[in-house]
Amino acid sequence: MADASGGVLAAYRALLGAQARAQTAYRTSFVIDVLGNVGSTVFDVLTVLVIFGVTRELGGFTLRETMVVVGLSTCAFAVADLLVGNIERLPRYVRTGLFDAVLVRPLGALPQLLLMDLPLRKVSRAVFGLAVLVVAVGAAGVEWTPARAVLVVLAPLAGVVFFGSVFVATATVSFWWVDSGELANSVTYGGRDFTSYPITVFEGWFRAVFAYGLGFAFVSYHPALALLGRADPLGLPAWVGWTAPGVALVAAVGAAAAWRTGVRHYRSTGS
Amino acid sequence: MGSVTATVAPPTVPNVILWFRTFKAITGSGFRRYATYRQASVAGVVTNAVFGFLRCYVLLATVGAAGSVAGYDRGQLATFVWVGQGLLSVVLLWGGTELADRIRTGDVASDLLRPVHPVTSHLAADLGRAGHAALIRFLPPVLVGPLFFEVYVPRRWSTLPIFVLSAVVAVVLCFGCRFLVNATAYWLQDVRGPMVLWTLASGVLAGLYFPLRFLPEWLQLVLWCGTPFPSLLQTPLDVLVERDPTDVQVGLVGLQLAWAALILAACRLVQRRAERRLVIQGG
Repeated sequence: MADASGGVLAAYRALLGAQARAQTAYRTSFVIDVLGNVGSTVFDVLTVLVIFGVTRELGGFTLRETMVVVGLSTCAFAVADLLVGNIERLPRYVRTGLFDAVLVRPLGALPQLLLMDLPLRKVSRAVFGLAVLVVAVGAAGVEWTPARAVLVVLAPLAGVVFFGSVFVATATVSFWWVDSGELANSVTYGGRDFTSYPITVFEGWFRAVFAYGLGFAFVSYHPALALLGRADPLGLPAWVGWTAPGVALVAAVGAAAAWRTGVRHYRSTGS
Repeated sequence: MGSVTATVAPPTVPNVILWFRTFKAITGSGFRRYATYRQASVAGVVTNAVFGFLRCYVLLATVGAAGSVAGYDRGQLATFVWVGQGLLSVVLLWGGTELADRIRTGDVASDLLRPVHPVTSHLAADLGRAGHAALIRFLPPVLVGPLFFEVYVPRRWSTLPIFVLSAVVAVVLCFGCRFLVNATAYWLQDVRGPMVLWTLASGVLAGLYFPLRFLPEWLQLVLWCGTPFPSLLQTPLDVLVERDPTDVQVGLVGLQLAWAALILAACRLVQRRAERRLVIQGG
């Protein structure tokens, strides 16, 4: 048994190594990709700064407070996108029948897909996201307690798990609806945009669906409130911020169930 | 046909009627090609709507007690966002790398054999695509927005024709920009770098993430006159929400026209230079 698991790990390592070598083979292209990828995240953060250029507060939050929300969201999304984001290529694998080849190999389908094209170029985004979080938390004047110190580490990790689950769950739609293409973007990238602002910015049923229906409020908004020691203007108690890991766990279980159902449902394109 | 491809000698007498017929046929096939993917259109429309909500709420939150921000009131911002979501698919800010792929694989050889200038034939096909998008992708966000937000409806009769002109010019200009980005494949083979730069710049500098009027004035001037990006999205939207008086509207569209002419001329120049140095791989 020990031998078998060692063999599996070696196989995954080989997949990852092959990817790393392939992606860095064309150095100039790789460097441009790394820079381009960090560029889009930089622009996301710049957008928030530009918006604060024309207003002093957004949804009742100042720039410093909002930046904590942005930091948590950016960091979590960038890391999840690096690790799991490429699952959004699943529709192509399903359509071309390449998924067959993945299924017949004696390794897990999901880890294989993730390692088959782990986008190393996105490392730059993850690093930048972490930097934004560190600077934002540093500038926000957080009154540190042991609980908050734990939260500032746990919350981004929970966010990574949550966004990762969203990536996997939305990708499984393509098992049923191959042409869904952009639809997944509205929840993945839409979720990133939603979590980049205090949810008080949004209103009505739209806020209810994204914040609590889909659970995006627990990625950045509630943890940020807990870190800043601010009461929720919408009236939820302060301890909600610490439930982020639990919500992420629920999301992960849901995504795993969706993935299993999807794979069982998968029918090859044939011929 | 007025062809100047490397492979065909230009005919001595251009036949205008035939030219229009060919252009129309290519445009029609471009329209039908996109009409085939109905499910993808539905998915795209839903996605546009979700981002419409997200951007609209964020921009509305910037409106202070004074009731306006950077010269827009709440209704104007809502119109800006929702029409912007529709227009995004019509001008197709983020097209694919189809031409670049054809250049890399050598398929472009068959484009060069045709008796129509490659820029003309690609433009005709893109206009067909834009026509389909105007029906299927433009209307839904424009109709959904007013159901949930108070939108601004133009008050001057002259605004609508100027907007339509501005939108058409934006489509042509955006086609030209995408053609240029793709055409770098004649020299580079791999267009990922130029593509990444284009995607980055066009999203922010065209006014998709936030209206460019939020920026300092000197920067606006540099962007409008120094780059084609604001002419892709921001100008038609500013025209529609009547951000400026009529003479400024006309001036902005004039600037757009100048950019479109410049970029299309650049396309033809680049194509001619590229044909001189193109080597079709694989014989």
